[in-house]
Amino acid sequence: MNGFTTLLMRDLRLVLRRPGDVGVVLAFFVVATVLFPLGIGPETNVLARIAAGVLWCAALFAALLSLDRLFAADYEDGTLDLLLLAPWPLELAALAKCAAHWIVTGLPLSLLAPVLGIAFGLDGPSPLALGVTLLVGTPTLSLIGGLAAALTLGARKSGALLALLALPLCVPTLIFGAGAIEALAAGEGIVTHVAILAALALVALATTPWAIAAALRQAGE
Amino acid sequence: MVPPLLEVTGLACRRGGRLVFDRVSFGLGAGELLALTGRNGSGKTSLLRALAGLTPPEAGTVSWRGVDVAKDPETWRGRLAWLGHLEGLKGDLTVIENLLIAERLRGGEAGDRLDGALLAFDLNALAAREVRTLSAGQRRRTALARIALSQAPLWLLDEPLNALDAPAQAAFRTALQSHLAAGGLAIAATHAELGVEGRSLELGPTLSSTSPPPGGEEG
Amino acid sequence: MVDLHFLANPARFRRFSQRVLPSLGFATALMLAVGFYMAFFVAPADYQQGDTVRIMFLHVPAAWLSMAGYALLAGLGASLLVWRHPLAALMARAAAPVGASFAAVCLLTGSLWGRPMWGTYWVWDARLTSMLLLFFLYLGHIALSRAYDSPERGDRASAILALVGVINLPIIKFSVDWWNTLHQPASITRLDAPAIHNSILVPLLWMAVSLLMLFVLLVLLRTETEIDRRRLENAEAAA
Repeated sequence: MNGFTTLLMRDLRLVLRRPGDVGVVLAFFVVATVLFPLGIGPETNVLARIAAGVLWCAALFAALLSLDRLFAADYEDGTLDLLLLAPWPLELAALAKCAAHWIVTGLPLSLLAPVLGIAFGLDGPSPLALGVTLLVGTPTLSLIGGLAAALTLGARKSGALLALLALPLCVPTLIFGAGAIEALAAGEGIVTHVAILAALALVALATTPWAIAAALRQAGE
Repeated sequence: MVPPLLEVTGLACRRGGRLVFDRVSFGLGAGELLALTGRNGSGKTSLLRALAGLTPPEAGTVSWRGVDVAKDPETWRGRLAWLGHLEGLKGDLTVIENLLIAERLRGGEAGDRLDGALLAFDLNALAAREVRTLSAGQRRRTALARIALSQAPLWLLDEPLNALDAPAQAAFRTALQSHLAAGGLAIAATHAELGVEGRSLELGPTLSSTSPPPGGEEG
Repeated sequence: MVDLHFLANPARFRRFSQRVLPSLGFATALMLAVGFYMAFFVAPADYQQGDTVRIMFLHVPAAWLSMAGYALLAGLGASLLVWRHPLAALMARAAAPVGASFAAVCLLTGSLWGRPMWGTYWVWDARLTSMLLLFFLYLGHIALSRAYDSPERGDRASAILALVGVINLPIIKFSVDWWNTLHQPASITRLDAPAIHNSILVPLLWMAVSLLMLFVLLVLLRTETEIDRRRLENAEAAA
């Protein structure tokens, strides 16, 4: 078993030991979205119109919320040094950490969002389309958020700072993710949007692991 | 004259505009131990981190068999076993899981050696316990078992005796001696006497080496 | 013991900047005075926008310079990460708030222009929204560079951020444009450089050059302060 899979499996195992942590993130996602009908009012046509945007924003916040500890735990117990000193590229380690984060947050969020979308009055193919856009878009959030987490490692007030760094960089994914559902409602297909989301994910995949590795190295100095 | 296996020349390290140490040179051959001594803040940890390549040095080189290790950092990292003052253990994983995963992250497979490492540090009874339930000394023993398991030729240890009771210290000495006897090298930053035959290097604030600088001719 | 070797570059910079700053300051003041005179009195009022168009002479160069400023941050970041150039970190620290201020000026003048033209201080216009996001990127850079106890860590973290940001900036711009065309009726008057006529182009370019000089002046001045600050911090750390 190589380093990448070892690290990925280790992080998943750690999450399994404390499943409550993931539960809290998902619960936040649900509670945050449920607040909107309460704040805006229950008119179905209004809710259906804002559903995609609300769910995408809530998913973004939920993903960021859980990123705070992504590297901090390893930094505090010294296992980050072991990753820095592993005889294989640190970029792969960064990728494994982000992949583990996506599996435990992005993936369940994508599965949960269609259900909430129905509660918001989305109908026809829209809930499914929402799930698909999240499935393709959330890896980007994990990668960009992972970079923000690595950059703020050991910083004062890292939680709020992490959000400040990550949110502007996540705007394109948000625009095309939420935009897809609107395009669907306007009678267009979502193929273009999903393709652009995939392209954004590829750009993040090609650039962030290096940046994360550089950030982790300077955190280890 | 054969150059020493590990050769450090003119190493300097800067933190926050301040030189932590400067012009550190020594050589270390197979089976040799170097104890780094000096007061708090004299740069022992920084020197270990610079040797490992965690901190880029301000000046100087580290070479292994005459080749600058900065040229191939991945291979160099594969030659190291690292014990910092943090243990590098996951609290939610058991002792065995921690050891197996740490060894795999190093690119190795523990296999049969696991039993020996557990036995050497008297960890058999604790093997299935989650590390967060262990005492400080027991965690240190687990971390040392990780080092012993690694088969890395060079051990870099920061205060290895911290929190260890007398039997655990003896276990560490035995493990270190057999590592050296097998041709391994070790560099340990320490306040206490390690109790194993070896050379020592004192780091001071001004770095006027009171002891003659250990040169390459000893390797 | 403090070794001042690493300040060799900054010291040379200081000798350079002290020679240049007084004349640059004088020239900038002169250029700006002429520029504002041209913008307010020489350039013609727009047949459609009236005197409101004069805001453009400040708004458009501010937008250009805030974008160029972020590119400068990325360049300085690369210079720090690749060549470990100590001056680059100090200059990035000095430049980020200046760039953020230019972005803020751009946003402010944009919203002042919007009041008579759109009847409201804020419209989710594509350019304004992109500029707002650029302003947030600046804020992140500034906050990150000051978030660490060790200033060197802040320097390098924000250098990495600037490089990632500069890659993402075109992507953000593209997505905001896309988003805007979907959500905005096309009939609205766009906040844009008006149809270029020489009577407008000359003052506009003149203001752009003057504001560029102001930008450089502010960055140089602030870099000097950052050098002093870092020197003090290091002296304290060594004591």
